[in-house]
Amino acid sequence: MGDTAISGGFNLLAALVHLGGTGKYISWGAVQISLANLIVILVMIVMLVAAIVLPFPRHETRRK
Amino acid sequence: MSAPAVDSLAASTEKGTWTGKLRERAVEALPPDRLLPDRQPAYVASWAYVFGALTIGAFIVVLLSGAVLAVEGPAWWHKSNAGLFVNSTHLWGTEFFFMFMVVHLWAKFFMAAWRGRRKATWITGVIAFAVSIGTAFTGYLSQQNFDSEWIGTQAKDGINSTGAGAFWNVLNFGQMLMWHIVLLPLLVVLLIGIHVLLVRRRGVVPPFAPTQAQLAKAGLALSGAATTPAAAPLFEELPSQQALAGLVEPRLQEPPPAEQPVTTEPSAQEPTSQEPSTPEPVAQTPTLPQPAPDAPAAKEPPAPEPAAQESLWHLPEDES
Repeated sequence: MGDTAISGGFNLLAALVHLGGTGKYISWGAVQISLANLIVILVMIVMLVAAIVLPFPRHETRRK
Repeated sequence: MSAPAVDSLAASTEKGTWTGKLRERAVEALPPDRLLPDRQPAYVASWAYVFGALTIGAFIVVLLSGAVLAVEGPAWWHKSNAGLFVNSTHLWGTEFFFMFMVVHLWAKFFMAAWRGRRKATWITGVIAFAVSIGTAFTGYLSQQNFDSEWIGTQAKDGINSTGAGAFWNVLNFGQMLMWHIVLLPLLVVLLIGIHVLLVRRRGVVPPFAPTQAQLAKAGLALSGAATTPAAAPLFEELPSQQALAGLVEPRLQEPPPAEQPVTTEPSAQEPTSQEPSTPEPVAQTPTLPQPAPDAPAAKEPPAPEPAAQESLWHLPEDES
């Protein structure tokens, strides 16, 4: 029972993508980039755009 | 700390001692209220300004997890569950460190963050970025697995072609490990420290001054030197820090007496106030933005608050 629960916990924590296999690459002419690096770059672009667009929460802290 | 207190701190030196002179110069260059400010200008209230701090946060995680790895050693980080966890924390801390740093770099590039005597801040950031890449590279070489062997053998020819391979041997594990855990981290810490001190000394770079078209769209108008061309170039210098402060921080100023223009002398508590030697010209004393005749009533500036009630973030009431 305990082992099953631990195994289930590991399965939940396991990566959605199999990380131990051969890397996937995307080629476009002379340009070649791994899928992982492409995803990271896209995430960074999304972060930058979100940082510009999303409103920053106001701090109503008052000085005493 | 008040200005007289800083003056007394800087002046209370024994004449002729190098420690006293050093302290005097340090306090003059970076007064305590500028070193650790408790307030920030309005334009800092944006997510675009948080990535530098996030980068430092990730860097601290990398340093702490790396210290734990150094205590236990390769057999631990390869074979035990706890070691694998800390090793992964070290790796993912590095991933986030670079992600945050690159977004920080992009944001500062598009802000032209080298404006206003901030060139040294920009340059130290770029050098810290380059040294961080070298630190990460030596980290990949120090994994002690097939991945590090493959990276080392692949990199050997490239490093040799630069001429550095004679004394910087990527196949020498001991040398790469020492560079990774001693020399390069010290250099990165030093560069980031200088970078942060320069940010505190020069202040966070303000946004570009709005164009007349943007002001007109917002129902505002500037007069005098603060007026900018309708089609301002991307890297245009601000008319003046004071003009911008008058534009975006009207609540920071003392309530002006009736029938008198608002002066834009920097407040004593303004953390981003420029140094007296800042070369940005102040051609005229700008006035606060005045609503256009056809501006909606909602654009009317609010009643000034007492100084004791100032909020932490000095946001303008314009909710455009």
